[in-house]
Amino acid sequence: MARTASNRVAAGIPAAAGLTSRQREAIAGYFFVLPDALGLLVFIGVPMILALAMAFFDVDGFGGYRFVGIGNYQRLAADPLFWKSFRVTATYVLWLVPALYVSGLGLALLVKRTNAFNGLMRCLFFMPQMVSLVVVALVWQVLAVDKIGVIPRLVSALGLGSFSFLGDPQLALFAVIFVSVWFLMGFYMLIFLGGLQDIPSEYYEAARIDGAGPLQSFWYITLPLLRPTSFFVLIVSMVAAVAGAQTFDLVYVMTRGGPANSTMMTIYYIYQQAFQYNAFGYAGALASILVLALMGITIVLFVFTRGGRFNYE
Amino acid sequence: MSRPVLTLSLPQIRIVRGVQMLVALILALMTVFPLFWMLSTAFKEPSEVFSMTLVPQAPTFQNFVYVFTEVNFLRYLFNTLLVSASVTLIALLFHSMSGYALARLRFPGREVIFMTMFSTFLVSLPVIIVPLFILVRTLGMLNSYAGLIIPAIFNAFGIFLLRQYYLSIPRELEEAAVIDGAGYWRIYWSLVLPLSKPLLSSLAILFFLTNWNAFLWPLTITSDQDLWMVQVGISAFKGQYSASWNYIMAASTVVAAPTLILFLIFQRQIMDSIKTSGLK
Repeated sequence: MARTASNRVAAGIPAAAGLTSRQREAIAGYFFVLPDALGLLVFIGVPMILALAMAFFDVDGFGGYRFVGIGNYQRLAADPLFWKSFRVTATYVLWLVPALYVSGLGLALLVKRTNAFNGLMRCLFFMPQMVSLVVVALVWQVLAVDKIGVIPRLVSALGLGSFSFLGDPQLALFAVIFVSVWFLMGFYMLIFLGGLQDIPSEYYEAARIDGAGPLQSFWYITLPLLRPTSFFVLIVSMVAAVAGAQTFDLVYVMTRGGPANSTMMTIYYIYQQAFQYNAFGYAGALASILVLALMGITIVLFVFTRGGRFNYE
Repeated sequence: MSRPVLTLSLPQIRIVRGVQMLVALILALMTVFPLFWMLSTAFKEPSEVFSMTLVPQAPTFQNFVYVFTEVNFLRYLFNTLLVSASVTLIALLFHSMSGYALARLRFPGREVIFMTMFSTFLVSLPVIIVPLFILVRTLGMLNSYAGLIIPAIFNAFGIFLLRQYYLSIPRELEEAAVIDGAGYWRIYWSLVLPLSKPLLSSLAILFFLTNWNAFLWPLTITSDQDLWMVQVGISAFKGQYSASWNYIMAASTVVAAPTLILFLIFQRQIMDSIKTSGLK
């Protein structure tokens, strides 16, 4: 008896008589969920609502608020730099998502068979993921220094001419895309390897006996059976492209949105408006557009996967 | 071999595999080349930084000495270690608690709570950075360890993975404990937690890495240099010494070394936990 009582106290459950075991279980359940639920509510839920609410105020850097109605949205609609950032982000997404799909799946197929050599290769492909994005950005900057960096030198040695990869508005965004792929491809390779593992090898056996070549088995077995993985990869890489850490960190360290705003991603523009120009309300309005976009993507994810295919009970 | 056009003969398969290995090797070497170049440049004299030598002709430790003596790098490393370790420990405790409750305990609203938590999964920091900053400022946590640590704890990914894991544990184990008269906290602490050690250790590594590499949040809420974390320190260092790439690469090596060493030790665990999760 005494033991049970002390355990109840330890679980934060008052040893009140008259509680059924079901009630005790429920109380324990709430107690266990509370810290995370509270934390997620305060540090993710509230900011999301704030982002939507702030957009209707003029907020200065010192906490002064003034209601401006849809003023921020009017400003946004007429702000060429916002539209520029929108186009830059869209271009980034449209290149990065397919590039990650192809590189991730390609690498996964290349090192699919389990052996020591492929194990080592997987490690090497994944290694960039382990390095911080700030360091990644710095390292690629060294490699791309105009004229004397390794890459410009190799490119001109190949007779392709001389380029300023981070200084040319035509090229800088593609340099950022390239580095993003380099950084992220190992992660998607692992996701695809996980998906490939789930395809029973008997299918390939049967196809081979029926006379299917490697291309045919890829087209008729691998791709269709990878559909859940592919869907997951597309959604996650799309979110990562719009608002992933790499989008901000790489731009912040490598280009600061330049040259000539050619790498001015929306999330970098938001940061700039808030923390360089103290236009918190306007930044909130910009962020609310992103919140809506991401909510849209989340809903698509839920609908297509019936509440998350990850929810197998 | 009745259909020689469609199926490959054994020697052909060998050739294909050989070519595959060669391609993989070349691509892998290209992938790690930038990291190798970082390491190499960190040991080069200033005059050699932009020569095409793979290995420094006259390797020097001077760059590292400079980084540690001219900049408060040890302080940044200490801050990063403190913050990353705290976030990891608290997150593992909270997430395993809620993961256990969401998987195992029956209470009204459980599914709604889980779905609501899961729906925050795609909300990334850059999107809510402005309101989060204002919130944390209002709570008086700017330029404090609390401000660095507390908001970084909560993420749906850890909760989700732990819940999935607890769903797979056989119920009989707990039922025996319930019959023994054990309270829920004791079941969690001395039965469920030990059972989930493998997943907890994988998550510990991932959380630690994520926080060690975090940049945007520390950048936003710490202006006090004594509270800087390494990523902020190194990006400011770049601003100050923008042309001294040998120093910058030495600093980068110092910052990247702990995570790369962790990876070398735990590569199997790290890669497996990502592969099987199918989730970030």
